[in-house]
Amino acid sequence: MNSTLDFFLFQIFPYIAIFVFLLGCLLRFDRDPYSWRSKSSQFLRRKQLIAGSIMFHVGILLILAGHAIGLLTPIAVFDAMGVSHGAKQILAMAAGGIAGIFCLLGLLLLLHRRLFDPRIRANSTFADIMVLFLLLFQLLLGLFSITVSLQHLDGHEMVKFMEWAQHIVTFRGGAHIFIADVAFVFKAHITLGLFLLVIFPFTRLVHALSVPVGYVFRPYQIVRRRAK
Amino acid sequence: MSYFIDRISYFSQNREEFSDGHGVTTEENRAWESAYRDRWAHDKIVRSTHGVNCTGSCSWKIYVKNGLITWETQQTDYPRTRPDLPNHEPRGCSRGASYSWYIYSANRLKYPLIRKRLIKLWREAKRDADGNPVKAWSMIQSDPESRASYQKARGRGGFVRAEWDEVNEIIAASNIHTIKEYGPDRIIGFSPIPAMSMISYAAGSRYLSLIGGVCMSFYDWYCDLPPASPQSWGEQTDVPESADWYNSGFIIMWGSNVPQTRTPDAHFMTEARYKGTQIVTVTPDYSEASKFGDIWLNPRQGTDAAMAMAMGHVILKEFHLENTSEYFDEYCRTYSDMPFLVKLEDRGDCFAPGRMVRASDFDKSLNEDNNPEWKTVCFDELTDEITVPTGSIGFRWGEDGKWNISPVDSKSGSKVRPVKSLLESHDDILEVAFPYFAGQDHEHGYFNSNVQEEILNRNVPVRYLELNGKKTPVACVFDLLCANYGIARKGLDGKYVANSYEEDIPYTPKWQENITGVSAEKVIQVARAFAQNADITQGKSMIIIGAAMNHWYHMDMNYRACINMLVFCGCIGKSGGGWSHYVGQEKLRPQTGWTPLAFALDWHRPPRHQNSTSFFYAHTDQWRYETLKVDEILSPLADKKKWGNSLIDCNIRSERMGWLPSAPQLEENPLDLVKQAEDIGKDPVEHVVERLESGDLKMSCEDPDNPVNWPRNMFIWRSNILGSSGKGHEYFLKHFLGTQHGLQGKDLGDEGRKDAEEVVWHEDAPEGKLDLVVTLDFRMSTTCVYSDIVLPTASWYEKNDLNTSDMHPFIHPLSKAIDPVWQSKSDWEIYKGIAKKFSELCEGTLGTEKEIVLSPILHDTPGELSQPDVKEWRKGECDLIPGKTAPVMKVIERDFPATYERFTSLGPLMENIGNGGKGIAWNTNVEVNFLKSLNGERNGRAKIETDIDACETILSLAPETNGEVAVKSWAALSKITGRDHTHLARPKEEEKIRFRDIQAQPRKIISSPTWSGIESEHVCYNAGYTNVHEFIPWRTLTGRQQLYQDHPWMIDFGESLVSYRPPINTRTVKSLVKKDDSNAPSIALNFITPHQKWGIHSTYSDNLHMLTLSRGGPIVWLSEEDAKEINIEDNDWLEIFNSNGVIVARAVVSQRVNQGMLMMYHAQEKLVNTPGSSMTNARGGIHNSVTRTTVKPTHMIGGYAQLSYGFNYYGTVGSNRDEFVVVRKLDEVDWMEEEGNTEVAE
Repeated sequence: MNSTLDFFLFQIFPYIAIFVFLLGCLLRFDRDPYSWRSKSSQFLRRKQLIAGSIMFHVGILLILAGHAIGLLTPIAVFDAMGVSHGAKQILAMAAGGIAGIFCLLGLLLLLHRRLFDPRIRANSTFADIMVLFLLLFQLLLGLFSITVSLQHLDGHEMVKFMEWAQHIVTFRGGAHIFIADVAFVFKAHITLGLFLLVIFPFTRLVHALSVPVGYVFRPYQIVRRRAK
Repeated sequence: MSYFIDRISYFSQNREEFSDGHGVTTEENRAWESAYRDRWAHDKIVRSTHGVNCTGSCSWKIYVKNGLITWETQQTDYPRTRPDLPNHEPRGCSRGASYSWYIYSANRLKYPLIRKRLIKLWREAKRDADGNPVKAWSMIQSDPESRASYQKARGRGGFVRAEWDEVNEIIAASNIHTIKEYGPDRIIGFSPIPAMSMISYAAGSRYLSLIGGVCMSFYDWYCDLPPASPQSWGEQTDVPESADWYNSGFIIMWGSNVPQTRTPDAHFMTEARYKGTQIVTVTPDYSEASKFGDIWLNPRQGTDAAMAMAMGHVILKEFHLENTSEYFDEYCRTYSDMPFLVKLEDRGDCFAPGRMVRASDFDKSLNEDNNPEWKTVCFDELTDEITVPTGSIGFRWGEDGKWNISPVDSKSGSKVRPVKSLLESHDDILEVAFPYFAGQDHEHGYFNSNVQEEILNRNVPVRYLELNGKKTPVACVFDLLCANYGIARKGLDGKYVANSYEEDIPYTPKWQENITGVSAEKVIQVARAFAQNADITQGKSMIIIGAAMNHWYHMDMNYRACINMLVFCGCIGKSGGGWSHYVGQEKLRPQTGWTPLAFALDWHRPPRHQNSTSFFYAHTDQWRYETLKVDEILSPLADKKKWGNSLIDCNIRSERMGWLPSAPQLEENPLDLVKQAEDIGKDPVEHVVERLESGDLKMSCEDPDNPVNWPRNMFIWRSNILGSSGKGHEYFLKHFLGTQHGLQGKDLGDEGRKDAEEVVWHEDAPEGKLDLVVTLDFRMSTTCVYSDIVLPTASWYEKNDLNTSDMHPFIHPLSKAIDPVWQSKSDWEIYKGIAKKFSELCEGTLGTEKEIVLSPILHDTPGELSQPDVKEWRKGECDLIPGKTAPVMKVIERDFPATYERFTSLGPLMENIGNGGKGIAWNTNVEVNFLKSLNGERNGRAKIETDIDACETILSLAPETNGEVAVKSWAALSKITGRDHTHLARPKEEEKIRFRDIQAQPRKIISSPTWSGIESEHVCYNAGYTNVHEFIPWRTLTGRQQLYQDHPWMIDFGESLVSYRPPINTRTVKSLVKKDDSNAPSIALNFITPHQKWGIHSTYSDNLHMLTLSRGGPIVWLSEEDAKEINIEDNDWLEIFNSNGVIVARAVVSQRVNQGMLMMYHAQEKLVNTPGSSMTNARGGIHNSVTRTTVKPTHMIGGYAQLSYGFNYYGTVGSNRDEFVVVRKLDEVDWMEEEGNTEVAE
């Protein structure tokens, strides 16, 4: 892969993706708040939803948490804690693998239901179906990458991704150089991940950002004061 | 603030807890609330209503938002009533509230549509005709193959979108071709109930009347017209408003489902109950109305007359004979024909009641010079002499000042007291014969008979008079009534009269038990309570009666039996009492302002009108399948040799004598007939008379299947005739339209040929009489599907119009809340457009032309005195004298190219002749001048360009909406009656209601002599009120309520007095039982079609809201017992058929329904979820697929006082409830969705 493309995909594109993600979400949240929702199809058919949805969401939340912790925790922290790169690598592969399979089963159930239940199909937009396919593809790429990681259990490859990610979030140049020589499957996985960020604000994925935590703790009656 | 920023500041917001932390006050953003507020916000509210025949005329708020109609809610600003009377609101039902769905629905017609095959033919023909549209149309019509090609596609898809200009051109060309080729009377138009939307009706009828086309009647065709009303009162229908229920002490709801079909009025019923009014409901099924009843009576359907006869028996016996109610006695002497004398005809072994005695029967006509043969007589108790009281119909015409019913002698002017019974002063007692019909067998055995002698001889007290030089026995109507009801009286014992209610003698309560299934005890209880209340309250007993009873072949008997009860008890014309026949929005309150606009009376008089029942009976060839023979319904006392076998022959005789209207009229083009006469320098009327008399020219009615007599163009607007009222639906499809049909039976063939004495029998019946069917509608109805051209019209919220009802005294607008959507236009604009095109295309074909117009002898004209005897010119019994022994004939000059000009301006006849109605005329120049300044002038004429101009024309000309005219009209009547009535309108003389006034608030109308009730601050509107309180005569022979009908046809058909006549045998089922080869068990059931619950009144059942609430497709109701017998469970699909056709529908198995009855709610659209039938291989039909009209000869009578023709007033009615069907389970439901089922869905 030539370095110009690498430079674009892993140095420029991440910022474009983050920018679109942030601005898109902000505008949608502000301008079109009624569309900020999960578009649940539970009302149309409960079948397959509960099992599929729980497996999918548990799986994907673990994966996301794993990615965030694994990529963004400074290497020095792991070193200070005495966690070796190899151990971290194995932990990531095991936890990610289990969560990934869990997520995959859920996703397949949801996808089957979305495609083959006529009522749900009739109520689905192109985006609703596309998002599921993209997530499925991304998940398969991630799971497939585990087989690549098995080749280098010492974790040095993983460090490259950590360096890349931490360079990006700290606005340092040369981030793309860290992953110039990693396997293709990783590059595809990262590119698709960034692409998911790009489409995020335009799909039902936005519901991931809103969790009604406050609802659990709110008082029974809320009185909203008239605007001053 | 931004939602996002609000989120960021989530933790810094002020929160104050209260109630121990159960509540919290926050400062969160509340902007989102506006979404909920906006949901119910709107830009404007416009007042409109629904132009539907439900009699609601409810005031609605129509909400508009962003230029779209969003929803409607009830208005609550009616003018208040007086203290102690509940207010009118709430008005408006949930069905009405569902209406706005239509406006933007998929069913909405958005563009003009035309049959693809027709437009192809048209474009080719027009090219071949060098662009001449009239020539192009005649080319299409001259080729039978091309004509049939689009006729056969009717109802089978294949519409394409077209341009207004092109469809208008086709319509105009076809009209011009028809006028030129056959005559304008071959262009017909059907639109019902002007009171629903007066301007829309008037638009089409004005166009048709200007070009000489024919407006078809509807009230009689719908069978909503109760012929008993004109027979008894000389009035089409006049009824109390619903608020008057509250004034009543006793109400019988007889076959009227008030909560379901009079929903906005039902609150008065509840309120009356709170007040203490006793209510009895009479319904054969356990309908919603039953809940109102303190007593529920359920006579077998169709046998109501038997029960009412028994009630009449009780009332007469207990309140007139044994204990005379002073009030009843006085009332009947003054306001009924009971004291009047009837000649008894010697029939050898007995006497039979004959004609009423007239002044002309006496020596020197009792010195009555004017119309003595139309002046009835009675005895005066004060002098014991014969007297001619004022008020009989002879006083109405040819003299002034004596047409009133205050009991005075016409010559001396002194007060008289009519003798009601001759029992005290009789010369003799004679045996008088009464026909008895209730012993007749019914083919299905479902209707029980009570076998007695066919002729019942009963003793009647008589006096002898010297009449026409002969000593003649005469009897009072009252004595005949008592004998007819079978009541034993002192000194009059004999056979067939009952001393006790327990004797099984017609018409005791015991006698009716077996027929109706109602116990004698209950009948006696109800009759007694009804009369007692009327006696104490002076007439505040009421019968609310619905169309159900009127839809039987012998509806007159049902109705007259009830009317008799009301007259016996002095209830008619009394507030809180009377006859409340609620069937349709027949009350066109500003009628006399509307008729000039609607029938172009400002340009030509008379217009062409036709009674639809006889027309469709003839032209859909239902007569060729007639199974009822005349002798089956003749009285056993009649001379059967005088009568042929065929019902259509009776109708033809009637048309020739000028009784019923006739259209198409003559076998030759009326334009040509005038030309012929002019060519030989003869008067055209004389010419036609000569040719008719010589037999060289025939009336069209004598040969309805001859192509020269076919109707050719048909306009349908504001109507769903093929989906709703078209009795004999499959006959319409086969013969009238010439398309796929489900007719099962064969015509009469040789038998028909033999029976046809007057009518010409063709071996093969025509299929496809109509060249062009044009329908205007806002939704794709069943009728639209069968039309050639469909024009999208404005809905009820998109046009300006007027609406009135008989249920309340207000005049109400329809208003344009938004412009008509897509390419739709109001009916007024559509017909204006057609008129314009017509005027343009006349060039070179039609100019100013003269034609001869035939019209029947009309009620409320001097002509109603023209035929004291039945004489036929055709048979040489008299000369053909137009307007006397035959139809009125008049030459009319039409300026065809000026049609548009005339359509849009008020013509000169309003100034030259004046205005009027119901026999009263007045000068209306003031109003014409007022309209010139209000609407503007063009060529010296008031303009009527917009729909609002048209509204203002009606409102200005009508006495009901213009106080000045009201005073003028009362003054005109005062001159005839000799009593001053102007006090009824004087207080409102200055009041003039204009269109914007009623948009601001519905306005109460002003009292006018057009109606028999008054609008006042003190009493509710009640029919007959001015007859009783002002002594204005009923427009009948005696001027009183006419319980005795003395026309020779009435006597021959045994209906001079009321009796019970069982349902007729329609013979549509037996022939099919063999054909039924399926293994499914079947049963024959009586087929009843009440109004639906899930539709906006009589149509509009394709509304998604209504379909969702019901079962979403065709359903029929049947009893649990019948369902069990043929192994049917609820929701099974059924096939329902007889020789008329086939229906496929789902079963609703319900305890509500009587055994032996199958109910199908009326007008379930054929285009919603109708699967195929295994018998027809076509889609299962509609409710009218199994019906066929059977006409009744007594409804054809004319030229005879109250039995004279009036448009929608008298004439044959389309009854349909005597019908039976075979019902069986449909095993396989075929939705016919595969290819090839819509032949022309190209």
